[in-house]
Amino acid sequence: MAVDSLRAPQSKLRWGELDEDDGEDLDFLLPPKIVEGPDENGVKRVIEYRFNEDGNKVKVTTTTRVRKLARARLSKRAMERRSWSKFGDAAHEDAGSRLTMVSTEEIVLERPRAPGSQAEEVKVAGDPLAAMGKSGAVLMVCRTCGKRGDHWTSKCPYKDLAPQVDGFVDKPPTETSASSGAGKGAGGAYVPPSMRAGGERSGTEMRRRNDENSVRVTNLSEDTREPDLLELFRAFGPVTRVYVAVDQKTGMSRGFGFVNFVSKEDAERAINKLNGYGYDNLILRVEWATPRPN
Amino acid sequence: MRPILMKGHERPLTFLKYNREGDLLFSCAKDHTPTVWFADNGERLGTYRGHNGAVWCCDVSRDSMRLITGSADQTVKLWNVQTGAQLYSFNFDSPARAVDFSVGDKLAVISTDPFMGLPSTIQVKRIANDPSEQTGESVLTIKGPQGRINRAVWGPLNKTIISAGEDATIRIWDSETGQLLKESNKEIAHQKTVTSLTKSADGSHFLTGSLDKSAKLWDIRTLTLIKTYVTERPVNACAMSPILDHVVIGGGQDASHVTTTDRRAGKFEAKFFHKILQEEIGGVKGHFGPINALAFNPDGRSFSSGGEDGYVRLHHFDPDYFNIKM
Repeated sequence: MAVDSLRAPQSKLRWGELDEDDGEDLDFLLPPKIVEGPDENGVKRVIEYRFNEDGNKVKVTTTTRVRKLARARLSKRAMERRSWSKFGDAAHEDAGSRLTMVSTEEIVLERPRAPGSQAEEVKVAGDPLAAMGKSGAVLMVCRTCGKRGDHWTSKCPYKDLAPQVDGFVDKPPTETSASSGAGKGAGGAYVPPSMRAGGERSGTEMRRRNDENSVRVTNLSEDTREPDLLELFRAFGPVTRVYVAVDQKTGMSRGFGFVNFVSKEDAERAINKLNGYGYDNLILRVEWATPRPN
Repeated sequence: MRPILMKGHERPLTFLKYNREGDLLFSCAKDHTPTVWFADNGERLGTYRGHNGAVWCCDVSRDSMRLITGSADQTVKLWNVQTGAQLYSFNFDSPARAVDFSVGDKLAVISTDPFMGLPSTIQVKRIANDPSEQTGESVLTIKGPQGRINRAVWGPLNKTIISAGEDATIRIWDSETGQLLKESNKEIAHQKTVTSLTKSADGSHFLTGSLDKSAKLWDIRTLTLIKTYVTERPVNACAMSPILDHVVIGGGQDASHVTTTDRRAGKFEAKFFHKILQEEIGGVKGHFGPINALAFNPDGRSFSSGGEDGYVRLHHFDPDYFNIKM
């Protein structure tokens, strides 16, 4: 709604008169109401003139969109039925019963995936694995038997045969009775992994593995999805994880994400190259996810 | 879209039916009064008072003058659509489950539940032009299927009757002799109770929904399975768009389990599937309970759903619905 105030220069009214004639109807002095449209887009414009409280003539332009709710192409019989009188319980229905209401909630047809995104998603799902398959015989290292490029640790056929990992077995009491004695003495009470013998080492190692070569990307545009990020960072070397923070409610990207590289060098190169890089009209900020100790 | 909520019923909805022109919507519920609404704005036109039990099914004649309703009070009633006056009442010895007018509205097929040792039946009644000449005799009675017969409808040219129900088998009967003509193949058919059956607009195929969490599309003459739509919830109701290749499936878990789960987990949405690609197009949420009834307006521009929550929700599609690309 646009309100522009027009001083009426040619109006023969004077201020004094206006105030006196307050109760009187001055509408005859106003130009008539003009209705334009609705045009092909359903936009209808109504131009009205009226006096505001200061007695100035005001032009009020109201632009509305006329929307047909449902195209009612009723047949003759249906038109007849429209005029049928109510019967049964509907005949003496209280006006306030409000049996029929328009939902206050806007309901949308929720697509299981964004239209047209199918092909892309499939590609992405297949891609990291495929990429690893190619470059990655070396990547696939079984931690149980040490075999490369054959299977993952969880699928190791020698799992049962392999000697168990230090961190999870009790070492011979002779060596570690001092360190793990507290837990043992309590008669097998629970000892958190970090307190167990050798636990500290493996704990930090786990942590390091997660955080290692992790790169934080901020100032991402809202349209950026994980596949886009993967596309961008893959050029620098094999990527193990791509994550874009997404708002749970709106499903929109929150503008930052993480990329984990297999090797530190790749990550470093990516940071050097992409920090300050213009991407989707925004300047990316790329840095180590955790502050480096050095 | 902003659906129109119609709250005339006090109990769960059981069935929805549009008249031929799509300007009236008939709703049946477990309360005793079928109701008719204007299908464009959801205004209540009237109610049909007289039943004394849950109303399971209804059908309206082609000229929108007669309504037939089947109820658990062991009667099937004929009504004047305009005035709500009861024209005739067929009495049975067991609850009536499904009703369907034949092409031409001269016959009606009615299925009755197994009750007090009586087996379930499919009966054909002649519908007189003049209600005063109406008689209650059955032209044909078919017995045989075990369990409830949840739907019985007429096949092409009234030559066959198609039935489906608790025994999960779809059967095609000769409407003259009552002979069993075809039976769905056990291997490919539904595994659990068939809850709903709707014919396509041209009557060449039909869709069945089942508690085995799938809906299946069948050829109406040969009873060959054409398509299967798999969902993750029992299907209580299904409908087909008359203008687009879309199929709507509604359901949710058993009413007795509803209170144990969150609304979102209950999956009380109407799911749209592409009829040919069998791919999910989308879901329309809103009900607070399983969807028991679905109907597409014959113009294809709106559809309504009836839920266990007692609401009818009338959805007029947004323009972009008609441009959905797969």
